[in-house]
Amino acid sequence: MTGRYSFGLALPVLAVLAIAVAGQLLPGLLVPALAQSAPPAAAPPLTECDVPDRHTEIDFPLPQVTKAIAAKKLSVLVLGAGSSQLPGAGGAKNAYPARLQKALAEKLPGVEVTVATDVKPTRTAVEMLKSLRQSLTDAKPSLMVWQTATVDAMQSVDGDQFGQALAKGIKIARSVGADVIFMNPQYSPRTESMIALATYVEILRWVALQHEVPVFDRFNLMKSWADLGTFDLYSATKKLDMAERVHDCLGRLLADLVLESSKVHSPETGNGNEPGK
Amino acid sequence: MAKRQTKENPLIGPLPTERDLRLDLFRGLALWLIFLDHIPSNLVSWATIRNYGFSDATEIFVFISGYTAAFVYGRAMQITGFIVATARVLKRAWQIYVAHVFLFAIYLAEISYVSKTFDNPLFAEEMGVLNFLNNPDVTIIQALLLKFKPVNMDVLPLYIVLLLWFAPFLWLLLRSPTLGLLVSVAIYTAAWMFGLNFPAYPSGEWAFNPLAWQLLFVFGAWCALGGAKRLARWTHSKIGIALAFAYLAFAFGIVMTWYFPPLGAYVPAFVGEAIYPIDKANLDVLRILHFLSLAVITVWLVPQSWPGLKSPVFWPAIVCGRHSLEIFCLGVFLSFAGHFVFTEVSNRVFMHVIVSAAGIAIMVGAAALISWYRRVERQGPGPRPPAIKTGYAGSEA
Repeated sequence: MTGRYSFGLALPVLAVLAIAVAGQLLPGLLVPALAQSAPPAAAPPLTECDVPDRHTEIDFPLPQVTKAIAAKKLSVLVLGAGSSQLPGAGGAKNAYPARLQKALAEKLPGVEVTVATDVKPTRTAVEMLKSLRQSLTDAKPSLMVWQTATVDAMQSVDGDQFGQALAKGIKIARSVGADVIFMNPQYSPRTESMIALATYVEILRWVALQHEVPVFDRFNLMKSWADLGTFDLYSATKKLDMAERVHDCLGRLLADLVLESSKVHSPETGNGNEPGK
Repeated sequence: MAKRQTKENPLIGPLPTERDLRLDLFRGLALWLIFLDHIPSNLVSWATIRNYGFSDATEIFVFISGYTAAFVYGRAMQITGFIVATARVLKRAWQIYVAHVFLFAIYLAEISYVSKTFDNPLFAEEMGVLNFLNNPDVTIIQALLLKFKPVNMDVLPLYIVLLLWFAPFLWLLLRSPTLGLLVSVAIYTAAWMFGLNFPAYPSGEWAFNPLAWQLLFVFGAWCALGGAKRLARWTHSKIGIALAFAYLAFAFGIVMTWYFPPLGAYVPAFVGEAIYPIDKANLDVLRILHFLSLAVITVWLVPQSWPGLKSPVFWPAIVCGRHSLEIFCLGVFLSFAGHFVFTEVSNRVFMHVIVSAAGIAIMVGAAALISWYRRVERQGPGPRPPAIKTGYAGSEA
């Protein structure tokens, strides 16, 4: 498994080079997230399931989360489908929303962290919109984590329709004062030849970029785990232990992304996507 | 016979009689690339063109298929008339349909196996994709109607639809190439303006919209029927080649931002607004331009008379391109098999290289076998196939 990764070594190297060059050429225009990831000392400590190239994405600010942390009360809503839950009696306790809550609470001492969920399996983005307003009213979150795209890909929903649903969800969440983070699909090697995820992952990324929404790139993260041998995602088992560890890692890394993004300031020149020429 | 047809249609002039080896070569290469791209997470697919620009091997395949279809059936239409040529085109569509159903049967076998042997609570949601096995009464019928199409099984249905309406198109192209091309452009434009596409099952639309992709197929046919010669003044000019290079460089730069997101900071927002999303289903104009740029540069670098085309180095790709339907189907099957090896045996880099190389070797071996058999069949006793079939190096479009 480690050998497979060596092929992709060029990626992080080039990415670091690119950041360095970008930092040289456009110091004032780039979002602080880039500057943040450049000196290793400033980077958050790596957890054991973290992967080296995770911090290279451009981060967008989460102003409501920043405010909520300052006010010592952070409320999160997880909107998702089947891959946001685990089966069994301990499912709710071990799935990533609960792990996110635990990780945030540990990293934000003195802040009251609550995580509500609106999770039901086999829902497309359009279907999730139906219960969204009610869930937002109930949870009054400062942040909505939206896990989606898997079911849309499985049902090969029309791409435009999917993109519009995402944009609408962002609008609804922001209208009630919640920031949004997207979580893209899981990397599922066994079903890879049966679900055409790529198009939907790309649409999600593009909508996120347009609306300045950070993406928790679960797909590439899990792919890196498979490459590095962190988890054996190929294994056929009815046991829950690996699934629980995966969700624990997802929860903690998601907490990292929330905290990193909450420290990103909104620059006057706009966001990292616009060079401000 | 080949001479007679040139007199019959003074409007369009003689169709070239010698097979352009470049068509076989690049179609063969496209088939290899499609095979490599269809194995999920295949590391070797980093080498394929889709990672360096907007278009991929599908464009090459569709264009060359249109080109050779016009070449083969255009001649047939001139010699035997509209009705007989139409019957031949439809027979070809039927063959492709049968091939598609055969591949679907293999796909069913693969996923039935996965659904029985694989279980992991982490992927409970994803395993839902196998649920259609629970109602085969609906899904198999939808598959036969070409509405239910598993992942990576979209190209043959596209090809079938393109051939179904190809005969009248060809008739028009033989009489007025410009008008034929304009009709094609009009259909493409209408598909974009009104969002027209074929419905799919259980939801959504075709992953390759035939109303959009027909443009490349018809453009290929138009080039075969003399259009390429008329374009040569532009495509061989310094400006044409420089523009093609410039566009390829632009596309390369944009694609690099997909792999190295920080580079995205250099893409001005208005450029992003203008180009995204690059619509593969509806054959985005950016993809067409990318394919055309590749074609201009390829034709410039590799002239038809280049003696190297006959060298044994290119023979493996040429022989694959010559039997494109068989080799395409084999490639789809091999990509299923390749993914199966990754999940069941090993997923190391080494295995990716072995599976990719072995797959291409099997494709070449099968193509060589088909060539050999066609030759034997032609030479053997008994009634020979009509000359019109053998006249084109034993291959259909």
